[in-house]
Amino acid sequence: MRNRLLTLIAFAFIALSLSGGAQAADQADGKLKAVASFSILGDMVKNVGGDRVEVSTLVGPNGDAHLFSPTPADAKMLAGADIFFVNGLGFEGWMERLENASGFTGALVVTSGGVMPITMEEDDHHHEAEAADERGHVEHEAAEDHDADQIADPHAWQNLYNGEIYVRNIRDGLIAVDPEGKETYEANAETYLAAIEAEDKAVRAAIAKLPESRRKIITSHDAFGYFGNAYGLEIIAPTASTESEASAQDVAKIIRQIREEHIPAVFLENVTDRRLLDRIASETGAKVGGTLYSDALSDKDGPAPTYLDMFKHNVGALTAALSS
Amino acid sequence: MIDSLVQPFIEFAFMRRALVGSLAISLTAPPIGVFLVLRRMSLMGDAMGHAILPGAAIGYLLAGLSLFAMSLGGFAAGLAVALAAGLVARSTVLREDASLAGFYLVSLALGVMLVSMRGSSVDLLHVLFGSVLALNDGALILIAAIASVSLVTLALLYRPLVLECFDPQFLRSVSPLSSPTHLVFLVLVVLNLVAGFQALGTLMAVGIMLLPAVAARFWSEDVGGMIAVAVVSAFGSSVTGLLVSYYVNVPTGPAVILACGAFYLLSMLVGVRGGVLWGLMPRKHLEA
Repeated sequence: MRNRLLTLIAFAFIALSLSGGAQAADQADGKLKAVASFSILGDMVKNVGGDRVEVSTLVGPNGDAHLFSPTPADAKMLAGADIFFVNGLGFEGWMERLENASGFTGALVVTSGGVMPITMEEDDHHHEAEAADERGHVEHEAAEDHDADQIADPHAWQNLYNGEIYVRNIRDGLIAVDPEGKETYEANAETYLAAIEAEDKAVRAAIAKLPESRRKIITSHDAFGYFGNAYGLEIIAPTASTESEASAQDVAKIIRQIREEHIPAVFLENVTDRRLLDRIASETGAKVGGTLYSDALSDKDGPAPTYLDMFKHNVGALTAALSS
Repeated sequence: MIDSLVQPFIEFAFMRRALVGSLAISLTAPPIGVFLVLRRMSLMGDAMGHAILPGAAIGYLLAGLSLFAMSLGGFAAGLAVALAAGLVARSTVLREDASLAGFYLVSLALGVMLVSMRGSSVDLLHVLFGSVLALNDGALILIAAIASVSLVTLALLYRPLVLECFDPQFLRSVSPLSSPTHLVFLVLVVLNLVAGFQALGTLMAVGIMLLPAVAARFWSEDVGGMIAVAVVSAFGSSVTGLLVSYYVNVPTGPAVILACGAFYLLSMLVGVRGGVLWGLMPRKHLEA
């Protein structure tokens, strides 16, 4: 009995000292510790932070941030971080609780600050195609939801112009926490912003090639509102978020619309169940046009491992399905 | 009026499929539910919904998001829990509800741990559980096949099953069928539940199994009558739920189950055998 007790205590000591040792090793390498709430933000922070920042992500590739439930390991990761990047606009429902639980004392950066949000109506999941965004305009409007029915659409990163706002916010956040790295961050941000602008032009050119009557798609949740508004594509979806369940009326409306307007393609997303969309596609004869990446990047070996690759892949899939 | 009741089904294939799927599950689940209610195992359906998680998790870990692997794993896990619970109930001091509670909680915890080990926040059960509006050919064939197997098996085992509900000791003393009947019944329960989850989602699968059975108790006092009432009310509620979901724009699964629930409340009030309101009415005094 005494031997067993001693062995147990010995194990406990060893475990504690090992974990203590691991922590000491973490703090030794001098990089800024950043945590991003999901994979798209993580990619952006890596691009701006470069070698000066060590980035961890909470909701990884192909993960669903709407349904994410943080674990103690996540709280521990956050507690040790210097800066935490979140999307805001209601995307991370779990954020406040995680911050409180982890005792995070670093800087919080809401990357969508300064973005003009669009609202999504919770009943009618329809986004009318509007003229392309005016690029000079940044109106500082807070997300407003007066109606119970209107909520801010959080998927602002789907418009590359907003992506640029995100990058600037990330850059400023990093400089505030690590002023020594100011030149690096500004240089990295400039390069990245140039790449984003180039991609934005490419997207507009690709969509412009499609005939106007073909610029409509069905996808499973309202993640592409900003994309549709900015680039002139009409997006129709049965549900606003991955959490809600579709009603028979929603599905019927979509099928009717596809039939009346001859919408050519239905797109799956990497974070949701495909069966409802498959059903809609087979009933209307619309093609299943491939998988679009909306709320998360793919794995490193997948088709959309970075933010810009995500756009390249999505636009490629869209134009391939809509032009045939 | 009739026109508006029928029109959604004429216009849309997905509504027709939902109807057929509901009919299949209404034929197979309520009879099993009746037996569950009689054997005081009513909460088993809900427990099963959680117990299948480690099987689905292992299927996911081995084969990724393959519906077949996850369903097979789920079925295996559900069966293991059901059989273990049954065995423990028969051979130890614990009764069936306690033994089931113990095993399903262990199973659920194991499942949650396995899922988090993979590290991604893909909600496994969300992917595994289907919806009555999204029934593809595979799902329809699955429910139809299971309905056929269940009905035939229930017909064959009807008498030992009924006897096992009411006097298990007597059955054990006169026939060797007692244990196999119990086991086959548990297999049927898990089969129906797992197929139901995959095709229709947990709410509809468990709900259609239990609510009509519970309501049927107020309309009949023999097992055959209860089964008949349960099946008919299950199908009626499914149709009602589908139409309500279509016209009022509410999610379908909950609409169907709320329709079942409405019938249950109605039954409790005015059911011919034991309806509460009949008890409140003044009755004729017996006269010599």
